Amino acid sequence: MRNVHVTRLSCSGVAAIVTRLSLGLLVLAGIVCLVAGQARAAGAPPSPVLTPLEQALTQIASDDDAVREAALRVVIEQGDSTILPRLEEIRANADRSVRLAIKPVMDLLRNRAKLEGPDPDARRSAATDLGTLGKPLAIPWLEQAAAKESYKWVRYTMLESAALLKLSGQDQAAKLGAVNSLGDLASQNAVPALKDIVAAGSGAEATEAQQSLADAANASIERIETWAVWSTAIETLFRGISLSSILLIMSVGLAIVFGLMGVINMAHGELMMVGAYATFMTQELFKAFLPATMFDYYFAVAMPMAFLVAAGCGLLLEVTVIRFLYGRPLETMLATWGISLVLMQAARVYFGDLTAVAAPAWLSGGLQVMVGVYLPNNRLFIILLSVICVITIYAILFRSGLGLRVRAVTQNRNMSACLGIPTRKVDAYTFAFGSGLAGVAGWALTLIGNVEPGLGQNYIVDSFMVVVTGGVGKLAGTIVASMGIGGLNKLLEPSLGAVYGKVCILVLVILFLQWRPSGLFAIKGRHADS
Amino acid sequence: MSERGSIIYLEGVVVDYDGFKALNNLNFIVNYNELRVVIGPNGAGKTTLLDVICGKTTPAAGRVIFGKDQELIGKREDEIVELGIGRKFQAPSIYANLTVWENLDLSLKRPSKGVFSTLLGASTAEERAKIDETMATIGLSDYAQRRAGSLSHGQKQWLEIGMVILQDPSLLLVDEPVAGMTDKETEQTGRLLQSLAEKHAIVVIEHDMEFVRQIARIVTVLHEGTVICEGTVDKVQSDERVREIYLGRQKVHG
Amino acid sequence: MADPHDVNPQPGRDLGLAFWLTGFVLLVLMPLLNVLPPEDSWLHLSDFSLNRFGKFLAFAILALGLDLIWGYTGVLSLGQGVFFGLGAYCMGMHLMLTIGKESVYGSDLPDFMVWNQVKELPLFWKPFYSFPVAVLGSMLVPTAFALVFGFLAFRSRIKGVYFAIITQALALVAWLVFNRNETNLGGTNGLTDFKQLLGFRLSEPGTQRALYVLTVLCLGGAFLLCRWITRSRAGRVLIAVRDSEPRVVFSGYTPANYKLLVFVVAAALAGLAGMLYVPQVGIITPAQIGVLPSLEMVIWVAVGGRGTLAGAVLGAVSVNLGRSVLTNYFPELWPFILGGLFVVVVLLFPDGLIGIMRQARERFGQLKAKATALPEEELG
Repeated sequence: MRNVHVTRLSCSGVAAIVTRLSLGLLVLAGIVCLVAGQARAAGAPPSPVLTPLEQALTQIASDDDAVREAALRVVIEQGDSTILPRLEEIRANADRSVRLAIKPVMDLLRNRAKLEGPDPDARRSAATDLGTLGKPLAIPWLEQAAAKESYKWVRYTMLESAALLKLSGQDQAAKLGAVNSLGDLASQNAVPALKDIVAAGSGAEATEAQQSLADAANASIERIETWAVWSTAIETLFRGISLSSILLIMSVGLAIVFGLMGVINMAHGELMMVGAYATFMTQELFKAFLPATMFDYYFAVAMPMAFLVAAGCGLLLEVTVIRFLYGRPLETMLATWGISLVLMQAARVYFGDLTAVAAPAWLSGGLQVMVGVYLPNNRLFIILLSVICVITIYAILFRSGLGLRVRAVTQNRNMSACLGIPTRKVDAYTFAFGSGLAGVAGWALTLIGNVEPGLGQNYIVDSFMVVVTGGVGKLAGTIVASMGIGGLNKLLEPSLGAVYGKVCILVLVILFLQWRPSGLFAIKGRHADS
Repeated sequence: MSERGSIIYLEGVVVDYDGFKALNNLNFIVNYNELRVVIGPNGAGKTTLLDVICGKTTPAAGRVIFGKDQELIGKREDEIVELGIGRKFQAPSIYANLTVWENLDLSLKRPSKGVFSTLLGASTAEERAKIDETMATIGLSDYAQRRAGSLSHGQKQWLEIGMVILQDPSLLLVDEPVAGMTDKETEQTGRLLQSLAEKHAIVVIEHDMEFVRQIARIVTVLHEGTVICEGTVDKVQSDERVREIYLGRQKVHG
Repeated sequence: MADPHDVNPQPGRDLGLAFWLTGFVLLVLMPLLNVLPPEDSWLHLSDFSLNRFGKFLAFAILALGLDLIWGYTGVLSLGQGVFFGLGAYCMGMHLMLTIGKESVYGSDLPDFMVWNQVKELPLFWKPFYSFPVAVLGSMLVPTAFALVFGFLAFRSRIKGVYFAIITQALALVAWLVFNRNETNLGGTNGLTDFKQLLGFRLSEPGTQRALYVLTVLCLGGAFLLCRWITRSRAGRVLIAVRDSEPRVVFSGYTPANYKLLVFVVAAALAGLAGMLYVPQVGIITPAQIGVLPSLEMVIWVAVGGRGTLAGAVLGAVSVNLGRSVLTNYFPELWPFILGGLFVVVVLLFPDGLIGIMRQARERFGQLKAKATALPEEELG
């Protein structure tokens, strides 16, 4: 480095000194810059030969669009998830346009990595994402992954995404293949793109190729939509059945109490609420006193709790109020409604308006049965539960000694008393049992609904309609009616909305009762008019 | 009015309750102005017989003819009442919260029992006389303003009979009128029925053989939904089959 | 006492002292106490109190109808709120339309329609510009509805509990429908913010006083009507239907027709009550017509004493008064009290307040008899 020589000061005045000083400083500054620039250019150690990938990485941040694009392309082709951290670094330091360009690349690489990962759910979501990113070079990745894939629905998503990507490509043959396979797959997601193809093919300047593609697309759309109708119907049916199942459990409890005992319990909905809150309390107790690993078991424990608490409340109710009102159904209605008000307010005051019950992990998720038909596990569980309930009740009522006694008391109280059956106890326990069933319904309900003080109200009117329609005295009537009303509810919902669906059902019930005033399966024969 | 021919004619009537045949191919004929008593063990189908006649129960098979040719099956209960069949129920079914007079007033046969005529109309002197007369027949003239629920059991039964009479039926169906009555009341009821038999045909269901003896001319015995014997009281009591099914009962009532 | 053989006495005959006394208090005394004494005197009955009483008396009209069907005929309807609502909304719609440009948005359309971006007044609203239509509608709409519903229900012999459940479902459905915005009935917020009726400002105490007097008169009329019905032969048929329906059929009457008659009358009275309620309370929302309000209406009759018309009025006024006072001081306690009332009345006091009063009178009469008898015995 050459030293700067300071020019000798002449005796010509300060101005001259200042001028010379400034000049000197300027020269100094210029030299410094030059030197720095040169040092920069020449200061880095001689670089080793860069791999194309590494080179591309460096070029990403360049200002030149073309360079950047080329670099990104290389990165995609050759990169994998290991370079993600570096990309992240570059992204953090780059300006906006670079950031925008890098992001999709990062997504692609991430998804590609997930595509080969161990978790089937991750693979599936990766496939879905790749399908929407619109990068055709993901196609071979998807197809490769699909070939290796063992889970049916993950493979489905991979193939679907591959086909979707092919649609936006240039290869006509591939496009045609894609259109057809999307039809085979009955893919709902493909419909918009297929519709675009149809539109392109029907224009005046459409080429022959476009037209034939459009025809194929039409055919595929038809296939997809036909399937969609079926799958929606099945799903609706399923949802209807699961709704009916809860309604069934509620109604069976109500029917036992009303049909066998002639007691109308308006607080039945609140007993369901009691069961739901018992489930909540069990969950809280588990959280507070037991290790987290045991948490999922709370649900199993909550069922007997819900049953017992609700049954206990029912027993209390029977002993203090109901037993004085046998044979007076209208009065019972009113008194139990009063109890229902009290229970609701008590819940509101003690628990507040909304509480959340977390479903146990083993009940989350579901079964994909067919394209477009996804059956959540919790609803399947509820259906299973209701079937078990009905079978158990049937077994108890009609095949056990206890059930025999219950039926005896309801058919001829005095005679039963003469035979030594403790009629009061039978009354109390039957009522408690019916109430317990409501509690179980509440327990099941926590899986699909919120726990709040008014939850019983949503089901009570429907349950009564079921009892009225199904007729009193035969279990079959309750089952058929709850299937009917629950199913009808769900069927009418999409077209009429929940409210008008209910209106419709009410009108239908009234008309139905015109034809059969005692319900579907009323007991025939001489019995006291209730 | 004594006419020949039957007032009620049942042929091949079957009533089936879920497999249990309450009436099994039943044939039953009563003539005008006859006082017939129907007996039989519990579950023999006696009350079901009455149910079929008044339209409460529809038989699964058979014919029920009233008078010359009035087919009763398919008619509503109130239509059958209009035709002239009155029924007194097993348990006294009177209007407990109304007075004796009001009970009878409601039962009186009137040209119109529609809503508006009852709302607006008042009773004529003729109607009032008829009610007073009936009250005398049933022996409750002194109880006209009493709340019907406060009457004795026997009085309630008579009131109900009076209510049925006021409808001017040609056929009267009476289901166990003397159950729960004292001996004296039973005798009074017997006389009441006999006096009524002069103007109406009556079918009485009863268990009390003493009473049956008092009033009956012809007795029909039902068992498991069919008629097993029909005739005078003596004939029926000495019939082998009847004795068999009533094993032990004779000792109580006989 | 009148000749018991004489059915269908004139409506006004033999009205006891209680009737005239109550009439005097309600019709004459209370308005006077509102107008005459100065505002700081303890005798003064505030505008607010008078207005509240007007509301209670409107409810009493509804209770009379309910007593007619439940107390006398034994038909429990848990849906009277629906008929009340129909009547109230009819009058409410008229009142909404008379707000005119004074509304918050200054448009001829009701505020909630402006809010919901409804461009033009729906067709079914248009007739309610007219006051006579509103009045007739308040009574006829619920009547027509009750006629159809009752005909279908009673004809098919839907009885007792089943009928009660159906009416409850009806109340639920009505509540759901009235809550919807697309039915253009004000949705959850209902109809409110009324300004004037027939040119009279609703905020004026004079208007409210007039409405109060009108309500009292209507109550009197309703009472006499119900009384006339219950004392005619038809009234006895009603009691007979309640006590022993099979026997009624055998006596040659068609119970369904009688039930329909009183059901329709009750609906008309409920509509009338709604019509009188709305201008006095100033708001009608779906919350007043659903399941719970309909049940409360039943408790009014039960508390007062069913089957005794006077009990209906007494029950309606006392329960609502209680509710008014208690929700002021202990709002959270009211559902407990209401629920408790249901249970206690049904279990322990089936004849309600009137029953208690009757028992007390009997007991008193017995004591008096004993007291007067004793000296005679002593005298020998």
